[in-house]
Amino acid sequence: MSDVRVRHASVSSWIGTTIVVLATVALAAAPWWAERADLRLLAEIYAYVALASLWNLLAGYAGLVSVGQQAYVGLGAYVLFGLAMLAGVHPLAAIPIAGFAAALVAVPVAALIFRLRGHYFAIGTWVVAEVFRLLAAQTSALDGGSGTSLPAAVVLSIASSRQMREFTIYWIALAQVVVILFAIVWLLRSRYGLALTAIRDNELGARSNGIDVVRIKYAVYVAVAFGTAMLGALIFLQKIRISPDTAFSVNDWTAFVIFITVIGGIGRIEGPIIGTVIFFLLRQTLADLGAIYLLILGVVAIAVMLWAPKGLWGLVADRFGWQVFPLQRRLVLKKR
Amino acid sequence: MEWLNTILQGILLGGLYAMFAAGLSLIFGVMRLVNIAHGDLIVLAAYVALVTVQALGINPLLSLVIVVPVMALIGYVLQRALLNRTLGDDLLPPLLVTFGLSVIIQNGLLELFTADSVKLNAGAVEIESIAVGGGLAIGVLPLIQFALAVAVIAGLQWLFYRTAIGRAFRATSDDPSSAQLMGLNNSHVFGLAMALSLAIVAIVGVLLAVRSNFDPAIGPARLIFGFEAVIIGGLGSMWGTLAGGIILGVAQAIGAQLDPGWNLLAGHIAFLVVLALRPQGLFPKVQG
Repeated sequence: MSDVRVRHASVSSWIGTTIVVLATVALAAAPWWAERADLRLLAEIYAYVALASLWNLLAGYAGLVSVGQQAYVGLGAYVLFGLAMLAGVHPLAAIPIAGFAAALVAVPVAALIFRLRGHYFAIGTWVVAEVFRLLAAQTSALDGGSGTSLPAAVVLSIASSRQMREFTIYWIALAQVVVILFAIVWLLRSRYGLALTAIRDNELGARSNGIDVVRIKYAVYVAVAFGTAMLGALIFLQKIRISPDTAFSVNDWTAFVIFITVIGGIGRIEGPIIGTVIFFLLRQTLADLGAIYLLILGVVAIAVMLWAPKGLWGLVADRFGWQVFPLQRRLVLKKR
Repeated sequence: MEWLNTILQGILLGGLYAMFAAGLSLIFGVMRLVNIAHGDLIVLAAYVALVTVQALGINPLLSLVIVVPVMALIGYVLQRALLNRTLGDDLLPPLLVTFGLSVIIQNGLLELFTADSVKLNAGAVEIESIAVGGGLAIGVLPLIQFALAVAVIAGLQWLFYRTAIGRAFRATSDDPSSAQLMGLNNSHVFGLAMALSLAIVAIVGVLLAVRSNFDPAIGPARLIFGFEAVIIGGLGSMWGTLAGGIILGVAQAIGAQLDPGWNLLAGHIAFLVVLALRPQGLFPKVQG
């Protein structure tokens, strides 16, 4: 039996991984070659790749279609603001704490909303996000519904010069997306990844093969909340200003994320990356259109869902068998 | 006395929530479709009423004669042209397509009517009230609203269990492939169910427009209220949904009485408590 082993890599994944590594190195050096505005744009792109990758893990693999992930973006952001402004915690140290706080909150939340089956789960996640938003609006210490800004002292504690602050936030944003993508690749290559892929393809089949589906879904939900909250914390640390409506915005943190994932390719790790690139290209060209822009995105997402349900990367992967990351499982005979 | 009045207003408001819920639970029952755009369709109906009233200069309540068939037609076409393609074992496509639809309707309305909030004026009936003794008074409009809710739910109950189309709804719900074998055209039946759902949405939209200010962004909250009423009441039970709506309405009214900021929170908390203690709902009929 031990004559075979599992091979994850392929020619395309060697090429893909090399490109990803080279691109990461080049992007890490961006402060030396990019303009200030470009750095902000890049950091925003990283945040969306990361948010979409986490949502993809949740909905695309674990089958937990949440339309309420803004709950954790906002929670993470509010924990950071609360810790930095009321408890004097260093804002960068508050980012991981925000993640742990969200994971802690996600445990009882999951216990509650996992009682809603299938479709109704989606709306249940939305209710949770609404409850968080309303509670944030009631928090008078952070100026409730009107929102608040980080005081100058907190901002200065990141780094004394403006340039260094921008670089620091940029590098953390890049580090977050790299770590999240790496963690997802690692997870999908592990036995849990095999279980998740099985759940994605056929939940009943996965269950009958002895996979503890509920436990895995639970773990994924909590882990995704952890990551999403850390992303939210950094996003609003960069914005410096927070209000319940922006922190818990369904458009910004769920609609865009869903459209990105669906257009790029749901249930594939490359999907959110491709989707984010398309999303930002569309945004740069159509941003002047305002509401029409969101409308067009909605139409494109519906069209993709109906005619190319695996998204654009799904078309490519099916046609050419490409994979950017070494994820596939192919049995090969061991050489003796 | 103040509290009695609060509870009374909450009950009457609950009728509206039960109607938000009725259309939602109807299509879930027939085709296991959760329509995330449900709330936005209610707002769309309100704007159709607005346009009708402005064009014809009629009383908003009279505009139902036009809004109901228009919305029903939209529902039938929407189901046949778009939503039927998403139905299947996978629950991702219907959720994502209706979510996309929600964003499209919201932003389309925003583009056409701006974000300014508007309201329909139903005339003298809006301020009329009936004294019921003990210093309590019931507004005529909330009463009409509640009576319509009871009528809609009784009508649905009758339609489901006493008519041929109701039999078709139940048959496709229980076993779509056998229903098809027995000569039912499932696509058509689903289209009719969505048409009926949006006919109810039309009634709700007009009532909402007369009752309070509305703007393109208020749809999702209506979806959530309807959904909470369905879950509190228990899946598959029409009268349970009415009870769920009333509980939600009373919880919100009591919350608002305690502190204006707790209005919506109190409703959500009532929902979460029911979910924690009795996840099958208070008056369940079928397991979803």
